[in-house]
Amino acid sequence: MKIGANFPAATPEGPLEKKWTSYKDKIDLVNPANKRLLDIIVVGTGLAGGSAAATLSELGYNVKAFCFQDSPRRAHSIAAQGGINASKNYMGDGDSNYRLFYDTVKGGDYRAREENVYRLAEVSGNIIDQCVAQGVPFARDYGGLLDNRSFGGVLVSRTFYAKGQTGQQLLLGAYSAMNRQIARGKIKMYNRHEMMDLVIVDGKARGIIAKNLITGELERHSAHAVVIASGGYGNVFYLSTNAMGSNVSAAWKIHKKGAWFANPCFTQIHPTCIPVSGDHQSKLTLMSESLRNDGRIWVPAKEADAKAIREGKLKPTAIIEQDRDYFLERRYPAFGNLVPRDVASRAAKERCDAGFGVNATGEAVYLDFASAIERYGREKALITHHDPNDRELILKLGREVIANKYGNLFQMYEKIVDQNPYETPMMIYPAVHYTMGGVWVDYDLMTTVPGCYAIGEANFSEHGANRLGASALMQGLADGYFVLPYTIGNYLANDIRTGPISTETPEFEQAEKEVKEQLERFINNKGSKSVDYFHKRLGKVMWNNVGMSRNAAGLKEAIKEIQTIREEFYKDVKVPGDVVGFNEELAKAGRVADFLELGELFAKDALEREESCGGHFREEHQTPEGEAKRNKEFQYVAAWEYKGTPSEANLHKEMLAYKYIEVKERSYK
Amino acid sequence: MNLKLKIWRQKDATDTGKIVDYNISDVSSDMSFLEMLDVLNTQLIEKGDDPVSFDHDCREGICGSCSLQINGQPHGPDGGTTTCQLHMRKFKDQQTIVIEPFRAKAFPIIKDLIIDRSAFDRIQQAGGYVSVNTSGNTQDANTTPINKVDADHAFDAAACIGCAACVAACKNSSAMLFVSAKVSQYALLPQGQIERQQRVQDMVAQMDEEGFGACTNTGACEAECPKGISLTNIARMNREYIGANLKS
Repeated sequence: MKIGANFPAATPEGPLEKKWTSYKDKIDLVNPANKRLLDIIVVGTGLAGGSAAATLSELGYNVKAFCFQDSPRRAHSIAAQGGINASKNYMGDGDSNYRLFYDTVKGGDYRAREENVYRLAEVSGNIIDQCVAQGVPFARDYGGLLDNRSFGGVLVSRTFYAKGQTGQQLLLGAYSAMNRQIARGKIKMYNRHEMMDLVIVDGKARGIIAKNLITGELERHSAHAVVIASGGYGNVFYLSTNAMGSNVSAAWKIHKKGAWFANPCFTQIHPTCIPVSGDHQSKLTLMSESLRNDGRIWVPAKEADAKAIREGKLKPTAIIEQDRDYFLERRYPAFGNLVPRDVASRAAKERCDAGFGVNATGEAVYLDFASAIERYGREKALITHHDPNDRELILKLGREVIANKYGNLFQMYEKIVDQNPYETPMMIYPAVHYTMGGVWVDYDLMTTVPGCYAIGEANFSEHGANRLGASALMQGLADGYFVLPYTIGNYLANDIRTGPISTETPEFEQAEKEVKEQLERFINNKGSKSVDYFHKRLGKVMWNNVGMSRNAAGLKEAIKEIQTIREEFYKDVKVPGDVVGFNEELAKAGRVADFLELGELFAKDALEREESCGGHFREEHQTPEGEAKRNKEFQYVAAWEYKGTPSEANLHKEMLAYKYIEVKERSYK
Repeated sequence: MNLKLKIWRQKDATDTGKIVDYNISDVSSDMSFLEMLDVLNTQLIEKGDDPVSFDHDCREGICGSCSLQINGQPHGPDGGTTTCQLHMRKFKDQQTIVIEPFRAKAFPIIKDLIIDRSAFDRIQQAGGYVSVNTSGNTQDANTTPINKVDADHAFDAAACIGCAACVAACKNSSAMLFVSAKVSQYALLPQGQIERQQRVQDMVAQMDEEGFGACTNTGACEAECPKGISLTNIARMNREYIGANLKS
């Protein structure tokens, strides 16, 4: 197979369902003794990075893993709630690899690479087997077999789950696999370390400069390959469901060193998050999509009722059935409350913009469990031989069933909002959640920098313009457990004679010097505003002009404003403390500096893409019913090459051909 | 509301540290506790002072990064919650709030309210795993049915977020609740059976080596655990440990 950076991506020959197998049969392998001579750096220890680090070290490679948190177990994959998809067809409802592949490509609005998506579907079943073997406690039914539930945009139940803590349980599985290798010395773990730059030697990725966040010292680390698994860049919006520390820096540093950045404007705005409560807000909290299995979304049908609710004069439970507008069920009868996220988010925004929003801000809709509680309660009463007409009992039993399914989510809601969601409907509103865009990779998951890979949310991934629920966990683990460990060998097979890579070279010297200069520049700046001040301003521009709906004028304005904020940031940011020692503000300054560049490329990409597709909605391109309207001309991956500033980035197009799926208008009606 | 904060400040591991007083005004009751500290920090930064360092990340109660001993209680006065999910509506206007790091010999202070919890990682490395390689050839996930009750109990134990509130709550700084949660998860599942005895012995040995204290069954750990990890896990671990020692 072809080695090195492939653009546009070359994919294996043969029929779709044989491509991955024939690829594995033909690639170069590294023998076990030689694997011991090869070092791999993995940046990030979430589902992708953690699973990759564990598997690569099991194979025999020497792995150095880095995370900025105090333990690999705290990576933000831990917060994923709802579940993980796999085409096991345990429910016997007609699922298959092809159907998972089809749903994912359609869900992504035909902007993903077919061969990659099929491979993802193909290994999805293995992920569940592997996790169960590790002792991941998935939900089970009374027969002791694995339970499944449904997620948006599909007509089967293929989502495996562990209450509302699926990400936690999967990540702890990967973490346990890492621990086993850390104990054997096969993984050298660097906690509280941040990657500051990529080091390239003779055109190949050969190491990184890392900062020890406790001492502030810069360290040089070399390897034969570097894997970036640092997650997504949703925090460019300041407010998102991402963790406070989630950042784009590792991905952005490699972009500036030659890795092209693909589809930055493809960002997922998740429909069911707890609404913003005030200016002090530091982050937004997701309420899992799994809740849409049982929760029904509505707003008052009468504007006057909505107004009364906003003013606190009316309670939602007082509104009778006929006066409620279950707008998703009304607009999309086939998929109802389980339409994909982009569709549900836009529909909620449309109702709120039209004046039907609830909450004091007018920016919220209801997610109501009353009918599910009644339905489950009645069923439970019948099973346990109680009176199915005793309303009190039914509500009690129903609430128990709901608590068993979503208990932690309901508790989280109550802590934040101070309302009991078992008794009154939840209030929800869309929020930034996931970024489909990211570093461009070929079929091997290699970036345009030879020897530098990107996996998980950090790459531009298999989700096209919109990711389906429960597919991020699937992709992260597929990349780390089952794809990268094969494909990286195809590259490293040519490196078995290289020997250890020295860090005492001009390339490492230069990279370290540049990092040091930037850190000193922040400390010596003596401005007047905190890092957060600039981050919040950037976030407002992104949300208002580059958020759920976009237009050319707004995007052009955003580009200008971001440039202005960036200029002011370098002039006026104030970073307290010193370069040495623990300094969180200094770490934040570096991350926000990168967001201020990415934000501009993001807006530029959105401006260039003259169509609506998936999470990217351009007001100029919509059907008369307000649905997204794709443009055939834009059936490509936009891969941006860094040329000194975001405004000068050079666009490369990877055209997407659909050989196995007919490209249709995406309808969930 | 207006509050008086007494916060532990310590420059680095070698500094002796002390309580410093701060006044903060116009705190909204909808703010989370950490958002209140964000406001304080912004004020400190703009005044040219060093902001208060504390661990935090997901701010939705699952990553286990945040800690803080608030008025003597790990994660503060609200039950079943982490500090990031604690809201200011649980406090009164004019209240004095004392904020300290989680304290235990095994958790050295790095700076201010940030502690080093790597001892927890090392305990997990000693045996908190099932020895199965990634291969794609493990048996089908549904080959071995697992009794729902056992699976649910394994899940309840596995819900531990590793925040260390149990250690901070314990007068002996014991890590028994944390260690027993992992031991229980695997002891309850068929996948954990092969290494069952070795695991509990190795993890307990590492726990002792890290300098955690003994368990005297006061139950403070369970009372303060934000995830409701049950004391029955400690009882299970004791049985596992005694059983393993008798057999080996």
